[in-house]
Amino acid sequence: MSTSTQRTTDAVLDYDDVVAAYDPVMGLEVHVELHTNTKMFCGCPTAFGAEPNTQVCPVCLGLPGALPVVNAVAVESAIRIGLALNCEIASWCRFARKNYFYPDMPKNFQTSQYDEPIAFNGWLDVEVPAESGEGTEVFRVEIERAHMEEDTGKSTHVGGATGRIHGATHSLVDYNRAGIPLIEIVTKPILGAGERAPEVARAYVAGLRDLLKALDVSDVRMEQGSMRCDVNLSLMPKGADRFGTRSETKNVNSLRSVERAVRYEMCRHGAVLQGGGSIVQETRHWHEDTGVTTSGREKSDADDYRYFPEPDLVPVAPPREWVEQLRTTLPEPPAERRKRLQSDWGFSDLEMRDVVNAGLVELIQETVVAGASPAAARKWWSGEIARRANAEGQDVPTYAAVLGVTPRHVVELESLVTSGRLNDSMARQVWEGVLAGEGTPTEVSDARGLELVQDSGALEAAVDEVIAANPDIADKIRDGKVQAVGALIGQVMKTMKGQADASAVRELIIAKLT
Amino acid sequence: MSDPTRDSLTRDDVAHLASLARIDLSEAELDHLAGELAVILESVATVSSAPIEDVEPMSHPMPLVNVTRPDEVRPSLSPDQALAMAPDAEEQRFSVPRILAED
Repeated sequence: MSTSTQRTTDAVLDYDDVVAAYDPVMGLEVHVELHTNTKMFCGCPTAFGAEPNTQVCPVCLGLPGALPVVNAVAVESAIRIGLALNCEIASWCRFARKNYFYPDMPKNFQTSQYDEPIAFNGWLDVEVPAESGEGTEVFRVEIERAHMEEDTGKSTHVGGATGRIHGATHSLVDYNRAGIPLIEIVTKPILGAGERAPEVARAYVAGLRDLLKALDVSDVRMEQGSMRCDVNLSLMPKGADRFGTRSETKNVNSLRSVERAVRYEMCRHGAVLQGGGSIVQETRHWHEDTGVTTSGREKSDADDYRYFPEPDLVPVAPPREWVEQLRTTLPEPPAERRKRLQSDWGFSDLEMRDVVNAGLVELIQETVVAGASPAAARKWWSGEIARRANAEGQDVPTYAAVLGVTPRHVVELESLVTSGRLNDSMARQVWEGVLAGEGTPTEVSDARGLELVQDSGALEAAVDEVIAANPDIADKIRDGKVQAVGALIGQVMKTMKGQADASAVRELIIAKLT
Repeated sequence: MSDPTRDSLTRDDVAHLASLARIDLSEAELDHLAGELAVILESVATVSSAPIEDVEPMSHPMPLVNVTRPDEVRPSLSPDQALAMAPDAEEQRFSVPRILAED
């Protein structure tokens, strides 16, 4: 085991040279925490961010004599995940003990599944940029297995530099996370991705995240660690059919990092192989800040986990009728649903992509169902509120929920515009009032006195006044320089305190001067 | 993992298992245990002569499957109760010795 704290910079080969000479082979392992109320084998709650060691009991602390009992909802979630990934579901399977010594697991073993996973042999289709460079195409990622296990505790290292384990004098452990249900989803070797391997990896993790979210089985918050990815990567010379030695990069915890880590490891492997060296089979750590991986530990005797069937738990044998009943609870696959909604809403590819990336699909859907036009729903949810949510580091749905702003507000705002009470700039002011907690759009319009002046006499008087005050500009317009009308419109709007329909003002001025 | 069909255990096997299980054994203890464990394995190996062609393997003495509990929160221990059993605690966390050896 290497204990050096020195970070050496590995040589990397230019990416184009790597893909010209080698084919990458990837294996992606994703751990996802289920958002059940309780842990996998005990009734402790699973809230994120609780005070340390407030969600622990004899079972998850591994105290002598404590006996685990399986969480029924966790098994149900595992089966639904397996079905959504087009897997076969085991008719009979067991838990196993994975024995290792590390303070994050107080039992000195992790209860996992070994050679009898609950789900196996599936696939997930993901969308990646087409090989031709235009549009997208579907890439099928084969799934090896999805199995049930439990999360570990969380260590804080004390006495070393910036919380690193190296040089620490001791470590402090919080077992709140120990025992939270985890599903580990493992791909078969992903071949044939070639130069698109980083994009395929990212698209797979993103597709998996969307699917798990649609299944409503996990928070899938990569930044909170409820979804984590390990990247296995090797290279083989183009045309070869024997896999090279792989490295395993642990805890790559954002979509962008998944893409970057695959690309970096390809370039690092490329440099080693090109120089006639050989890859060491080892665990590597990903460094978000510098975008490189460093050596962790080499695979060794410590990886002899001495798995054996867990004697404290009985087998899981899901009846076929139950599995088929769970199949009927599966949501429409996210990619298909997005295509259908894009077509229903009439959004361009670009508009849809922005809406998806901003996490607005559900909110827009609810707003359209509540009676708004898709265009208005998109406009209001992706404007000012998105800017504010972003500044707060939150997503729009969470931020809107905190503010108490709902789809009904958007419906009401749009109807105030279509009924002619508000123009666009007034509607923006009203929306700001709604976001500031001043009430519903109608209440804000009333309180702020925002209403288009419908009285044509008042409007005409304002136009006459502005023309009289600006004889030079009026002359230009009379001479045919219609573009000068903008200056007068601005002044009329100012006189009317913005509460006039700008296009009506324009028509009125032109009618008077030409 | 040792081969279950083999009925003897070498001294190296015992040393390996002891290191995996973090048990510090002296040379004398290794010699002694290797012999003693080999005898135990030989005795247990008698079961391999039982006629089991028609018997399904089992990992649990009770013929039960699908024992689960509802996903309902039950009271946890208080941090004081949990940490009372810890040799050392700090910041409401279990304090454990250095994980990696010194450089």
